Amino acid sequence: MSRKRITTAVAVAAAVALSLAACGGPKATPGGGSSAGGATAEANAAVDKNFSPSTKKGGTLRMAISEAYDSTDPGDTYYGLSWNLVRTYVRPLMTFKATPGEEGGKPVPDLAEAPGVPSDGAKTWTYKIRKGIKFEDGTPVTSKDVKYGVARSLDKATLPSGPTYFNDFLLDVPEGFSVYKDKTLAGVAKAIETPDDQTIVFHLKKPFSSFDYFAQLPSTAPVPQAKDTGAKYKEHPMATGPYKFGSYDPNKGFDLVRNENYDASTDPDSGRNALPDKYTIAYNVEGTDIDNRLIAGDLDVDLAGTGVQPETQAKVLADPKLKAHTDNVPAPRLNFTVLNTEVPPLDNVHCRKAILYAADHEGYQRAYGGPIGGDIATNLMPPSVLGSQKFDDYGFEADKNGNVEKAKDELKQCGQPNGFAINIAFRGDRNKEKAVAETLQQSLKKAGITLTTKPYPTSDYTKLYAGKPDFAKTNKLGLIVYSWGADWNDGFGFLQQIVDSRTIRATGGNTNLGVRIPEVDQLIDKAMAETDETKRNQYWVDVDKKVMEQAGVLPGIWAKGLLYRPDTVANVFTNAGQNMYDYAGIGLK
Amino acid sequence: MTEPADNTVQGTVQRIERGEAFLDVRDLKVHFPTDDGVVKSVDGISFQLERGKTLGIVGESGSGKSVTSLSIMGLHKRGVAKISGQIFLDGQDLVSSTPEEVRLLRGKRMAMIFQDPLSAMHPFYTVGTQIVEAYRVHNKVSKQVARKHAIEMLDRVGIPQPDKRVDAYPHQFSGGMRQRAMIAMALSCDPDLLIADEPTTALDVTVQAQILDLIRDLQREFNSAVIIITHDLGVVAELADDIQVMYGGRAIEYGTAEDIFDNPQHPYTWGLLGSMPRIDRERTERLIPIKGTPPSLINVPKGCAFNPRCNYAHLNGGASETERPELLDIGAGHKVACHLSPKERQHAWETDIKPKL
Amino acid sequence: MFAYLVRRVIGAVILLFIVTAVTFAIFFLVPKLGGATADDLASRYVGKSAGAAQIHETAVRLGFTDPLYEQYGRFVKGLFVGQEYNYGPATEHCPAPCFGYSFLTQQPVWPDLVARIPVTASLAGGAAFIWLITGVGTGIISALKRGSVLDRSLMSVALAGVSLPIFFTGLLSLSIFSYGLGWTAQGGTNPLDETNPVWWAYDLILPWVTLAFLYAASYARLTRAGMLETMNEDFVRTARAKGLTERTVVMKHGLRSALTPILTIFGLDLGLLMGGAILTETTFSLPGIGQYAVIALRVNDLPKVLGVTLVAAFFIVLANLIVDLLYAVVDPRVRIS
Repeated sequence: MSRKRITTAVAVAAAVALSLAACGGPKATPGGGSSAGGATAEANAAVDKNFSPSTKKGGTLRMAISEAYDSTDPGDTYYGLSWNLVRTYVRPLMTFKATPGEEGGKPVPDLAEAPGVPSDGAKTWTYKIRKGIKFEDGTPVTSKDVKYGVARSLDKATLPSGPTYFNDFLLDVPEGFSVYKDKTLAGVAKAIETPDDQTIVFHLKKPFSSFDYFAQLPSTAPVPQAKDTGAKYKEHPMATGPYKFGSYDPNKGFDLVRNENYDASTDPDSGRNALPDKYTIAYNVEGTDIDNRLIAGDLDVDLAGTGVQPETQAKVLADPKLKAHTDNVPAPRLNFTVLNTEVPPLDNVHCRKAILYAADHEGYQRAYGGPIGGDIATNLMPPSVLGSQKFDDYGFEADKNGNVEKAKDELKQCGQPNGFAINIAFRGDRNKEKAVAETLQQSLKKAGITLTTKPYPTSDYTKLYAGKPDFAKTNKLGLIVYSWGADWNDGFGFLQQIVDSRTIRATGGNTNLGVRIPEVDQLIDKAMAETDETKRNQYWVDVDKKVMEQAGVLPGIWAKGLLYRPDTVANVFTNAGQNMYDYAGIGLK
Repeated sequence: MTEPADNTVQGTVQRIERGEAFLDVRDLKVHFPTDDGVVKSVDGISFQLERGKTLGIVGESGSGKSVTSLSIMGLHKRGVAKISGQIFLDGQDLVSSTPEEVRLLRGKRMAMIFQDPLSAMHPFYTVGTQIVEAYRVHNKVSKQVARKHAIEMLDRVGIPQPDKRVDAYPHQFSGGMRQRAMIAMALSCDPDLLIADEPTTALDVTVQAQILDLIRDLQREFNSAVIIITHDLGVVAELADDIQVMYGGRAIEYGTAEDIFDNPQHPYTWGLLGSMPRIDRERTERLIPIKGTPPSLINVPKGCAFNPRCNYAHLNGGASETERPELLDIGAGHKVACHLSPKERQHAWETDIKPKL
Repeated sequence: MFAYLVRRVIGAVILLFIVTAVTFAIFFLVPKLGGATADDLASRYVGKSAGAAQIHETAVRLGFTDPLYEQYGRFVKGLFVGQEYNYGPATEHCPAPCFGYSFLTQQPVWPDLVARIPVTASLAGGAAFIWLITGVGTGIISALKRGSVLDRSLMSVALAGVSLPIFFTGLLSLSIFSYGLGWTAQGGTNPLDETNPVWWAYDLILPWVTLAFLYAASYARLTRAGMLETMNEDFVRTARAKGLTERTVVMKHGLRSALTPILTIFGLDLGLLMGGAILTETTFSLPGIGQYAVIALRVNDLPKVLGVTLVAAFFIVLANLIVDLLYAVVDPRVRIS
């Protein structure tokens, strides 16, 4: 333990020396090469660019998170941090390239030789798998392992956590299909074909043009059927990436060590650097403690990647030396309020527009900590989403604190000149959402709209309360405060789950909390069938515009996270795929 | 020529400075300053007691009798109580001695028996342990020797099977046995002065007599001076040579037991005698309780402290309410503090009181 | 004596069952009264975008569709004979005492608890040692110097200790002694990973002191009040009348009695802490029972909640029993014949 103390002291001394240098000397430009400590800390130095580029291998990258995330099983995980980290130990068909800037948000071939080849109007997608890729035990990877990996992820009873895109899109998969009951995989015979060991063909029930994004899901990582241990597979997923599982403890965390059967020559496109010799991931470290350890240099990465705690944020922003180590990263996340069309008078578009005009946008931003927390959103898709366009049809930026006259005008057209009363739902244990509800309550009052605040517990918010249509309707939840982060950075990944009215299920558990616009649904279908990327992106912009025109939601802010970048790390940059530091690119000084 | 005279003078001075009797209490005052005023628990008490003799101090609760005994033992609240006067024990003034000097006397030369033997003994230690502790603090002997001594003491106070009972806990004893054990503990160091504070109040009537007999027998055996503190004249009747009656922190009558019982002079003493139960009289005629309640020790009534409760106060032409009567010798060491003239007192006693007793 | 023990143990077992039954009922009955169906409950344990069919499958897998008594019966059976668990390709036998599998991570609960109990025990035991010595010591000094400047300042510190929450004192001490001065270990280290007891203590010293401060404060106040009371007892006067030194009077006669009620509270406090020092473990990121409880409650993971509840209740019941037996040793009046 005294070792720890000495390293701490050295690190602190080094940090002080560095920051003193930063204050006194001229600004050093981040230099290339592999030398340690070549770059001077500067705020936002790792946003969309590589800070302290390095090719130096070795060292142990120490990561920590406040609680264990859903799963380390690539077929059973739905967390951005997990999709980021999983690339170090498995190789899906496609993956987000480990590189700074917009390029990092596009899937590139990983296990596959090239992007998928569509046919049959984007209902059939074919991938060729690279030769020479092996599992950690030396067995070669075949297309059958990929097929098995996707097939096993369909069993949501055993592997409940992952996304359901393959369940929703694959052709003719019987209800309740499970690889553990149907060991010959007869149920997915029509959906996934493997004509030879290097080829895999996916058949969809409806066209889907951005299938390469599906192909980057961790569940396309190969899994040997003989090694599948179901719910226990997470304890040791078979590695194909540069690292494999060393130890695993569900209560403490796990280690990743080098996989000697990984051949970098088979991996030319993904940008993986595989710099550290080892990763250690510690679970259940208290949030403030993580921040303190990052600042002290005793931890390298906050695995969650969503930013420091509010109390730490105040501290680091107040201290220029600490602020130089921060990156204010725009996330593909929108904090917004849904206007539920099922609750009168919000079935009338003018009453919805009145809310958009009356809302205090700066107040909304303040609720999330001001400009550090994010920029005022004027439409749905955050600028970081590929192909998105920013537009401001209601003049949010001109009338930051709302426009009462226009709101009253809309109320007249709605037939409610004196305003109306309605409820606003939010997650009671989230102080920021509470602040949103309160700022809206105040600003809407000026236009005559009376809001009653209705807090609900986070754990059951979408399942039993705001996300359950009949509950929302009976309880007059006209405004529903919510937040949404894209599964990935394109129009589909961001928009489909929150504005497609066909995703709304009466049983609850919805992510679309009340946007029901037929034209939007039609535009989504067109976008999903369009294989030309430029045209497809335009359709998604049209979806965004239509939702705004119909005032389906009140956009709040496009969120940003404040990440802390310790002096210990090198080759650090944010990845446009997950909008946090790229865990496949990062190294140590 | 001068030498014998000098000797005499010196001797007198010494007697005055070191006390005349074995226990010589002179003008003892114990006052407790509180937020409400000064509590004068004891306000000028003097008495003397020789070895082998027994003094009974009688009074209601709050009359100052317990505080008197505690201050002799040095057990009054130090730091809080203001104590003045002198207490000579075998020539040593306890008031001016250091706490440590008094501690060394406690248990060895003077010992005390308390009212409720159950609460006065530590519930967690065996009777034997507690006697051994009392013995060993003043005698440098081994535990075995002390234990033998403890068994001996228990035997002496009449506890059957003392070698077994020595290992029993206080709660396993009956009330009388506990008080016997308490006495054994108090006498374990052979003290010259034994103070018994209401030694029989918490006991059955049948046991009371046994305990009093025991105290008397042991006193003879050890030749110690004994102070019995009680509100019950019946107890002192059995034991005491002299009796001091206290009221409101002061002595109001002092005399031999015969004087107090056969020729009491103070109306308060009459009251006490009147409320003493006697088995040889009819119930209805007896028990003349003293009216009213004991005085507050912060605001002691002006004049004679007893005047609000006294049936004869009106006979003194206002002196009872204004002037405090001194404790005066009315002959042969019998002292009384009362404004009534000897004639009036004699008359009242002969006609009002005596026939009813 | 033996019969008494047997009676107490049987009573304790019954109590533990009541505790689990109540936990079970709160978990299932309360949402049910709110109108939630088995599928609604199961929807907590599926991924973000699961459909109705998947939710229902999960409900079946977790047994929510069975009647409540059957689910409880399964749980009880698991405790005594173990249970079979289907983890996908095969089933495995979870040996008794089987506390079931987490609804979310599908990990068996019992090994988790077994791994965490020593951490909590290290924390609670060390802290208890510190607070007993400092708290009782402070209380005695305060009582004997009643009304003095020393007494008043000690009691002010004690008041601060009682009033300041752990996460405040904990974070403050972490930032000063760990991150500022580097004297102590950071949070998040598992003291049981150390083989050398010195490092074990090094890892725990800050949590110990932080936790002990809270308790020492209340023990100081309790001891002070107890001492003031016993020092007025008749038997203390008797002890003085024997001519014992003041030191013997205080330590042997006064303290012995004053400590008896404190023993009871100490036993219960220790038992309570053995069930998880929630705030301390969270603040210092110690992987103990308390941290496990927080994780379990945050995500409504019933098997974990039940496990923690049972362990916590077990320690409280055990502490109660030990206190009662110890009481008989300390106080001969309650000795059972």
